[in-house]
Amino acid sequence: MTELTTLGVKAIRDGVRAGDFTAREVAESFNSAVAAAAELNAFIVTTPDHALAAADAADSARADGKDMGPMAGVPIGMKDLFATHGVQTTAASHILEGFKPQYESTVSQNLWDAGAGMLGKLNLDQFAMGSSNETSYFGNVSSPWRKEGTNKPMSPGGSSGGSSSAVAARIAPAATGTDTGGSIRQPAAFAGICGIKPTYGRCSRWGVVAFASSLDQAGPMARSVEDCAIMLGAMAGFDPKDATSLQMDVPDWESALSADLKGKKVGIPKEYRMEGTDQAILDSWDQGKAWLKDAGAEIVDISLPHTKYALPAYYIIAPAEASSNLARYDGVRYGLRDLPEGAGLQDMYAETRAAGFGDEVKRRILIGTYVLSAGFYDAYYNQAQKVRALVARDFEQAWAQCDVILAPTTPTASFPLGSLENDPLTMYLNDVFAVPASLAGLPAMSVPATLNEDGLPLGLQLVGKPFDEQMVLNAGLAIQQRSGFDHAPEKWW
Amino acid sequence: MMSNYRIQGQTGEWEVVIGLEVHAQVTSNAKLFSGASTAFGAEPNSQVSLVDAAMPGMLPVPNAECVRQAVRTGMAIEAEIHKWSRFDRKNYFYADLPQGYQISQLYHPIVGEGQLLIEADEKGGIPEDKVIGIERIHIEQDAGKLMHDQHPTMSYVDLNRSGVALMEIVSKPDMTSPAEAGAYVRKLRSILRYVGSCDGNMEEGSMRADVNVSVRKVGDAELGTRTETKNVNSVRFVMQVIEYEANRQVDVLESGGSVDQETRLFDVATGTTRTMRSKEDAHDYRYFPDPDLLPLVLEDDFLTDCRASLPELPDAKRTRYEQELGLTPYNARELTAEVETFARFETLLAATAKAIGKPETKVATQVANWALSVAPGVVKGLGDEADLSNSTPEAQATILSMQDKGEISGGQAKEIYEIVLKEGGNPEAIADEKGLKQVSDTGAIEAAIDEILANNADKVEQYKGGKDKLFGFFVGQTMKAMQGKANPAVVNQILKDKLG
Repeated sequence: MTELTTLGVKAIRDGVRAGDFTAREVAESFNSAVAAAAELNAFIVTTPDHALAAADAADSARADGKDMGPMAGVPIGMKDLFATHGVQTTAASHILEGFKPQYESTVSQNLWDAGAGMLGKLNLDQFAMGSSNETSYFGNVSSPWRKEGTNKPMSPGGSSGGSSSAVAARIAPAATGTDTGGSIRQPAAFAGICGIKPTYGRCSRWGVVAFASSLDQAGPMARSVEDCAIMLGAMAGFDPKDATSLQMDVPDWESALSADLKGKKVGIPKEYRMEGTDQAILDSWDQGKAWLKDAGAEIVDISLPHTKYALPAYYIIAPAEASSNLARYDGVRYGLRDLPEGAGLQDMYAETRAAGFGDEVKRRILIGTYVLSAGFYDAYYNQAQKVRALVARDFEQAWAQCDVILAPTTPTASFPLGSLENDPLTMYLNDVFAVPASLAGLPAMSVPATLNEDGLPLGLQLVGKPFDEQMVLNAGLAIQQRSGFDHAPEKWW
Repeated sequence: MMSNYRIQGQTGEWEVVIGLEVHAQVTSNAKLFSGASTAFGAEPNSQVSLVDAAMPGMLPVPNAECVRQAVRTGMAIEAEIHKWSRFDRKNYFYADLPQGYQISQLYHPIVGEGQLLIEADEKGGIPEDKVIGIERIHIEQDAGKLMHDQHPTMSYVDLNRSGVALMEIVSKPDMTSPAEAGAYVRKLRSILRYVGSCDGNMEEGSMRADVNVSVRKVGDAELGTRTETKNVNSVRFVMQVIEYEANRQVDVLESGGSVDQETRLFDVATGTTRTMRSKEDAHDYRYFPDPDLLPLVLEDDFLTDCRASLPELPDAKRTRYEQELGLTPYNARELTAEVETFARFETLLAATAKAIGKPETKVATQVANWALSVAPGVVKGLGDEADLSNSTPEAQATILSMQDKGEISGGQAKEIYEIVLKEGGNPEAIADEKGLKQVSDTGAIEAAIDEILANNADKVEQYKGGKDKLFGFFVGQTMKAMQGKANPAVVNQILKDKLG
């Protein structure tokens, strides 16, 4: 029998339905794989019983001839930014250590309703702030990938680094991610897996620890485009509890998947050819064009003139929102409280937040507080909002010329953990290609293209029109079929 | 037109400029952004949703009823309704503010400029009608409450109020005396209660005012530096704050000092205000648009429904009472001041018109006098003995109808009403049973008069000789003979006929 942990969402779902193996066998295999992969530090807590319970439910549904959900029998990893009922939810922070919500996020509930089970809560950059998974209070996550011939631990990307590491290491067939400025796509690219951030509003934000509300969007991370389509279908949907939720039906993305791109135009934005981008990345971009052309698409050159302003605008808007969103962690009602003897309210705030937040979180709270301050608001926040509108307009104008945009996901491949520790600006540049689609709220996906000369994965990014996840998935499928990317990291853990 | 309110300083006369920010709790079963209940007086922290407690990942969803009430209130003050408005976050840390920010509307409030009328009240210090401008109304969340008296070294937090919807109604600095400010708050409260958008209950904190006061020399064009006294929760206190602040500021200025722009607190016990925080300590609230919420866009149909749902408002009602019902300005004002008063009056008016069989316009004055003076007098006289549940509109209408038909006198009406209040029952049956009816039978009255005239021939002579005042004597004698039950109109008529 095939080793079950090599299977993805679709294969597990179909295999369980067909009776090739039981969901319990699947869950047990993955639970064991998770337990054996502690060195990756991908999980903050594991929940083997949750996975087994969902598996047993799937098995008995099958035995009783009942309808089986689209994720029935599939155990997944849950990024620890989603509130899970009775299971510690920390956002990888000390300030929420030990916090067990009495509620379940809409997205995780949707997944359980679809039959999925949970292997555990996945590590991430603290409060989803980071691009390397080095800001977690619970330690760095290692990528399962290593530069050929070295033993240095590599970054799985961030913030959904636990997710990318686990899925690439085959200790989870799929995982949830969240993407504020690239946090699904960049780690997916670093880890050689797929990840899609849908249109803003597709997935409910209710119960997801907020980073930057106007940008945060959940999405699936898995090893194939099909798996992403299936899982996104299970996650998405209108939620009256989220005022920014899209009141639209969720299309059946899986059944409409097609790699035939005849009649479609693929835009190549010239502004994404930036200095500092690895030659291997540029080469893979050219390869991607050739693949899509081979799938029947026409390649057109387009311009997104405000691209270079997107990253600075993002690093004003996201911290501004974060500085306000994180004000609720104050030691009053839940989570960490640091109350020195005889201290007053202000002391409690200061001590609690100083002890509870990591450096990167503090840096962004400070930036956000600064840009919203009296006298700076217009120069920073308002100006950034104007830039955001211009970036969005760039895309709107581009849609007159093309149906989907192809670009690199990141300017470089993964880097060794610790190598950018003291260089936050270079770290922020990791998201330079990912951020524009976030600012515009557009669906965007990273699919693996190839390995570079160090044996590290490189990803290609597809950006679609609002609500047109289908086009993004279809173009991703066309690349997947032609790249034939099926590389797995060599197991060292 | 300035009021004639002046402060006599040592250096001359000062006038005062007042603006009010009234926070009115929106009448709604649920909070502004969560489904939690808003009932007053519940156990601490028993009405707190996950959103109100700002648990991680919780999101606000606007409550349409709160939006509707704010729009209706805006329409009631003849204000511009903004079809596009937006919520902003006002960021500050405090233990009663779980989110670490209050969701409010700074940049784009839902309601723009409007106005309300305060009526002339010579005795109250308002020489003539005056229109007070209203700058804006916006909707925002209330905070929770800290309790400092539950534990020797710690404070407790009650989040029941956290997230309750408030309307902040900001006046222009158009008021120039405590009396005007008092009248403004009363009128605003009346409008809110007519509209049903706020219960106006100031003791329970449903309405409270931030009072902005500055002073300047009479004739000066420029406004002085203002202070803002927070959370004043009665009309009387609002007036006290102004009185105190204006005098304090004049003292400060006349002794060579300057008024600090600051936030102050009112001390109910002493009737004084004191510094809460100075401008230097003022928060930087870092307002920005709430990214959890989309802009609030109001559809035309929604606005049409809001407008259609508005009741007749105090000014319109008062005018109608005067012009159509023919009531005196005093009666019209008294009857329209409070929702309960006009509601009782209109019910009684309809019942009385029906009982008498005349149009409402013909009986309105009787009913108004009854409602404002006769009935309250009887109730007051009875004190605790009065059971107001007996005082049904039907019973009162029957009494008024009997009086209108001449079956009972005014005095008998009061006596019957007294019995109704104490014991209940049908006024007609009471009148029969207790003999509380006046005689309109001309035969009986004529017989009594004939006897009196015969027994007082001397006085008849004097009367005929020109001593007109004696007419009253004959009336009195007749009423006495009839044991007070004769219909005075009939008595008058017969006496006039007989005396020539």
